[in-house]
Amino acid sequence: MKNSRDNILKNIRSNIPTSTIELPNTDIKHMQYKDKNKKFATSLTSVGGNAVWLEDQSIDDFIKNNYKDLKVIASTCKDVTCNTLNQEDITDQHELKDVDLAVINGHFGVAENGAVWVNEEDIRHRALYFIARQLLIVVKKENIVDTMHEAYKRVDFEKNGYGVFISGPSKTADIEQSLVIGAHGPTDACVLFV
Amino acid sequence: MKIGLFIPCFMNELYPDASMDTLKILESLGLDVEYPMDQTCCGQPMANTGCAHEADQLAHRFLKIFKNYDYIVAPSGSCVAMVRDNYAQFLEGEEGFEHLRSHTYELVEFLHDIIKPTSLKAKFPHKVSIHNSCHGHRKLNMASMSERNLPKFSKIKDILSLVEGIEFVEITRDDECCGFGGTFCVTEEALSAAMGLDRVNDHLNSGSQIITGIDMSCLMHMQGVIDREKFPIKTMYISQILAKGL
Amino acid sequence: MSAKPGHPELAAEFIKDTERMHWHDKALWFVREKRDLASQSVDEWEELRSLANQIKTHTIDKLDFYLEQFAQNAKQNGIHVHWAKDAEEHNKIVHTILKSKSVKKLVKSKSMLTEECHLNPYLEDRGIEVVDTDLGERIVQLRKEPPSHIVLPAIHLKKEDVGKTFEKFLETEKDNCDPTYLTREARKHLREKFLAADASMTGVNFGIAETGGVVVCTNEGNADLGASLPKLHMASMGIEKIVPRLEDLSVFTRLLARSATGQPITSYTSHYHAPVEDGEMHIVIVDNGRSDILATEDFKRSLHCIRCGACINTCPVYRRTGGYSYGYTIPGPIGSTLGTSNDPKRNKTLSFACSLCASCSNVCPIMIDLDEQLYKHRQTVVNAGYLDKTKHNILKMATWVLKYPALLAFGGKMARIFVPIMPRSILYSKINAWGKKRELPPFPKNSFKELYKKRGEKK
Repeated sequence: MKNSRDNILKNIRSNIPTSTIELPNTDIKHMQYKDKNKKFATSLTSVGGNAVWLEDQSIDDFIKNNYKDLKVIASTCKDVTCNTLNQEDITDQHELKDVDLAVINGHFGVAENGAVWVNEEDIRHRALYFIARQLLIVVKKENIVDTMHEAYKRVDFEKNGYGVFISGPSKTADIEQSLVIGAHGPTDACVLFV
Repeated sequence: MKIGLFIPCFMNELYPDASMDTLKILESLGLDVEYPMDQTCCGQPMANTGCAHEADQLAHRFLKIFKNYDYIVAPSGSCVAMVRDNYAQFLEGEEGFEHLRSHTYELVEFLHDIIKPTSLKAKFPHKVSIHNSCHGHRKLNMASMSERNLPKFSKIKDILSLVEGIEFVEITRDDECCGFGGTFCVTEEALSAAMGLDRVNDHLNSGSQIITGIDMSCLMHMQGVIDREKFPIKTMYISQILAKGL
Repeated sequence: MSAKPGHPELAAEFIKDTERMHWHDKALWFVREKRDLASQSVDEWEELRSLANQIKTHTIDKLDFYLEQFAQNAKQNGIHVHWAKDAEEHNKIVHTILKSKSVKKLVKSKSMLTEECHLNPYLEDRGIEVVDTDLGERIVQLRKEPPSHIVLPAIHLKKEDVGKTFEKFLETEKDNCDPTYLTREARKHLREKFLAADASMTGVNFGIAETGGVVVCTNEGNADLGASLPKLHMASMGIEKIVPRLEDLSVFTRLLARSATGQPITSYTSHYHAPVEDGEMHIVIVDNGRSDILATEDFKRSLHCIRCGACINTCPVYRRTGGYSYGYTIPGPIGSTLGTSNDPKRNKTLSFACSLCASCSNVCPIMIDLDEQLYKHRQTVVNAGYLDKTKHNILKMATWVLKYPALLAFGGKMARIFVPIMPRSILYSKINAWGKKRELPPFPKNSFKELYKKRGEKK
């Protein structure tokens, strides 16, 4: 295998580069939304999710009032007490297969596409993001940016080895282009701004 | 300003009236136009089939014939694109090529960009839809293309708007290819015909009476479909509309 | 070995079913329209395309540097990095790792690279069950068909076709072809596969040199479920997928999903920089002819491709002839240029399966000069001697005639005299390809040259 690495690099190097283009600055003048919250909400709705701004109730209450038939609840959010299991105590991620609702911490939202950045800082098994039937992502309401340019300034992998932008529930249009919300991942995704 | 008139090979043989109308329009605007008799073909059919060696010979011949004109004007988007975009492979660095490349224009483009007429004698009170031939459209930038996020414009519409009574009809797929594609029209015959039929149906369903454009090859292909299917619509080369009344 | 049918024959076959052809065309055009709406909603769209072009141009010309940086940083993250010069080596490496971990069940998310390497049959021949978990890919896998599109693998199938396939393999209700029902059934079926998998394999949308991680963009959650449940995660990456910096992703993530399907971003944009707890992550960096393409000034820009499929959706040829008429792993404009670069003999009809309309180059988020590459690749085919001899001779002869205006004028005159008087049965005989579905233009009495000359004489 070392041979292949050297051969590949050698073959690449034997091709004389012809451009003198430097890496451009990606911090360009981009769209800015007068009402980031509204834009985030419409973006998320358009991909089958929904955004809610929490008022006058706790997250526990919000869950109680808006979700039915929850047998198994997991949470990485310390403000939540209605979880039925402690995700940090689970040793085998397969055991998370029956999670009805996963309440997770989101770091910030992106208005242009309704995405939220979540990573592995406060979750033991990244599988929880995908195996749960429904997802509730909790984000501080001041943590919202316009576009991915600002988003990537807030992303790093110093403290953890995994992060994902989640925009809405899983979906597919693979059967005759008919959009079906809920493919293999969560069938429902709500972003709760607190 | 001495203009060299470049008439595509097949237009010379099969569409003398449209070619003559091109000449008439330019002359009616007071321009000094000459048609060098030695010209034959720009070599596009050869180049488009990958026969660079053959195209090279015709490119050199073209340069020799046209290099001394101030402008070269042709009633063809695709032939002009050939000269401006594809001749460099054969003629880069040769004396006269830079001038040729930057001074070869399609007819409508030439009127719009250089001559800028404010009126034409032409009257044409008909419903007209425009076929945006691919080379003129995407290579010569004759009009804004549906693929890009850029301000809308159309040099073709601007010039045709000088024609009295003309009524523009919009179609659903503004700039989809008609399927002529050069030798493609026979090497991928079934596909070419299917694409042509789809294009014609789009124009037909829009309520248009006349399909016009800047590339006779596209119109010839669509007319071929129209004649076979006996559709109640016809194609008309743009110079024939612009030259009405001359 | 009999000559495989080229694009013209396969295209003609597809077109015979006019209704289905129009259905396929409309389905793809719909995706193109969604892409248009998405691109128009971003004011700085054209600037993003230009940035993407600059980033990729720079990266490709320093590819060795960024690949080494990537490999080093990935290793520091605890990721195993392997290098494969070709498809065969890629498959061997993957199998060796799977075998060493006694893997019997592999779940795989969408990766055109693994299609290119024919990984599935290689592993299946060696006793490993491979389940393609993207819904479209699973459908075609069950039907033993290749994907017909790089993003929408089952776009050529109607829901009734899928219904029948699921009836057979998933025991779904007879004649129920409701997409939601079928998707729910597929979810149940594939959930079992995810939970039972010993290992997963994903593709890579972007490899980040600066941070040593890989990005996977999906909508279904299959790649991520697969990569997070079993402890072993393998990712196959073409050498050209490298981007230098994390910030470069801001440009690509804004362009990719909008170009592919018209949505602002995929449901999941995962950044893998380490394996799961007690797990292992392996990346296989694959060349398989890419460094050879890098050597060609005319075609190296095909390596900028981020596999969004926008060029395929807009291509009037693809829309009317389908992915299988190309006979290559990747169809459409990008497939035609890559395929001709890889094997100009086998794929000699692909660069000609194009009317040079240039729509592809203008939807491409990276501004790849696809139409110019397809034009140039025709020269590749001719120079290698693969153009049909008759065609070549006709063009040679035509060129000779075109050097002699008097000869051309004579030929034209003869045509204008004889064609109008030829009986229809001869004029429209089988050899007249134009005449199958079109009338010939009326042949005039005089050429323009003759009229011009007369006019000059009058003066």
